[in-house]
Amino acid sequence: MYSEKVMDHFRNPRNVGEIKGADGVGEVGNPTCGDIMKIYLKVKDNAIEDIKFQTFGCGSAIATSSMVTEMVMGKSLDEAESVTNKAVAEALDGLPPIKMHCSNLAADALHAAIKDYREKHGK
Amino acid sequence: MQRIYLDHNATTPLRREVRERMLPFYGELFGNPSSAHSFGQEVKVHLDEARSRIADQLGASPNEIVFTSGGTESDNTALKGVAFAARKGHIVTTMIEHPAVMQSASYLAKKGFDVTYVPVASDGVVDPEEIRKALRPDTILVSVMHVNNEVGTIQPIREISAITREAGVSFHTDAVQSFGKLPTKVDDLGVDMLSLAGHKIYGPKGIGALYIRKGTRIDPLIIGGAQEKRRRSGTENVAGAVGLGEAVFLSETEREDVFRRLTTFRKRLVETLTEKIEDIVINGGPDRMFPSTISLSVSRVEGESMLLSLDMEGVAVSTGSACSSGSLEPSHVLVAMGIDTVLAQGTLRISMGRGTTREEIEFFLDIFPSIVGRLRAMSPLGARWSEQYNQAK
Repeated sequence: MYSEKVMDHFRNPRNVGEIKGADGVGEVGNPTCGDIMKIYLKVKDNAIEDIKFQTFGCGSAIATSSMVTEMVMGKSLDEAESVTNKAVAEALDGLPPIKMHCSNLAADALHAAIKDYREKHGK
Repeated sequence: MQRIYLDHNATTPLRREVRERMLPFYGELFGNPSSAHSFGQEVKVHLDEARSRIADQLGASPNEIVFTSGGTESDNTALKGVAFAARKGHIVTTMIEHPAVMQSASYLAKKGFDVTYVPVASDGVVDPEEIRKALRPDTILVSVMHVNNEVGTIQPIREISAITREAGVSFHTDAVQSFGKLPTKVDDLGVDMLSLAGHKIYGPKGIGALYIRKGTRIDPLIIGGAQEKRRRSGTENVAGAVGLGEAVFLSETEREDVFRRLTTFRKRLVETLTEKIEDIVINGGPDRMFPSTISLSVSRVEGESMLLSLDMEGVAVSTGSACSSGSLEPSHVLVAMGIDTVLAQGTLRISMGRGTTREEIEFFLDIFPSIVGRLRAMSPLGARWSEQYNQAK
């Protein structure tokens, strides 16, 4: 059902946790339908210095959260904003179609965190 | 890595004895049981014997047993067959039935039949009085499952059949999970139709049967060759039927021992899990629970993540969470029982079988709490979600 990469990120998720005093926080999803993702950003010189996530969800939700943090670590905010859910799924060698809809919200959570940062910091 | 199978409500491994009994029908015993020549008739003897074995188990006549392709076809035949024979009318079923019954009922509703879905209490058990209240003068059929496949509640079939008898309404039970594991004498249960399947009792997949009490009016779903006394045409799956007959025979010889052993394991699982893991709900019961099944909901963790984590340790279970089923809705059974939808997302089903050992149970109990701990550490659902657990409790 899942690719090796998805299972690798599920087994060994990267960047799990919470950043105390994060510069930006984004939360998306709805636990009623099974997935909620929260992304924390530390930003320095308009780039992502650190990123962590917390996820309640299925294997795909955890793997996509992990993958998106890897994809944008160290990137500029503009570059990070251009990452899409589709790109996250591709980086994981694909997801089952139903999972695209219900559990691949990782880029949305990232975008929400960047938006939160920009609103808080007027950038 | 050892592999531990705790998903027996999904399917069971084919018994060696059953497989050996079936093999000749994939070889020298290839005749069509409908053929009058000796090739056909030597096979028909075995088909008849299998039918008799199943009838004996049910306390029925062999003429009342119709072989089908499995539980789903049996359920479809019971509901649609009675409805098509009656042409119009009202059907009563419950909100916790298997999709084979639920979707047959909703199909019939689209075709103009009225359907009432009776709710269940929070313990997952149907109140027979609710069935009585749902009956109408035009009710043609009541269908209530014997044991729920997801949470393991045993339904009060005898009490319901007393009501349907009094009302003169046909009563069907989906006994796919209970057949071969609980006593299922049709006269004791008082049912007019009963669905069963081979692969839940260590028999082959693709074979099942429907008991149809003599005198029950039913239209066949499959017509053509007039097999099974015109109630289900098509050349019989002889190897499957013989395998089913053997599986039925073997299951009866050990039924009480297995029941006793699994009751002990269930008790051990429930006690230890509730002791070792905070905010966990055991769904259903505590009365009227099938010993081999445990449905548990773990707060702040999602079901598929637990399933995958257990699978990585070699343990196979099942989940009632939405994300696994390809739907965004949690299990209709858990919803009908009033389980909070967020909590329902963290639901696992452990279903044990005749081969389950104490060592396997202990291994599960060793690893599961740490899996929950790992996933909870990853979850953004903190203390505020404990309220949901406390409400559900």
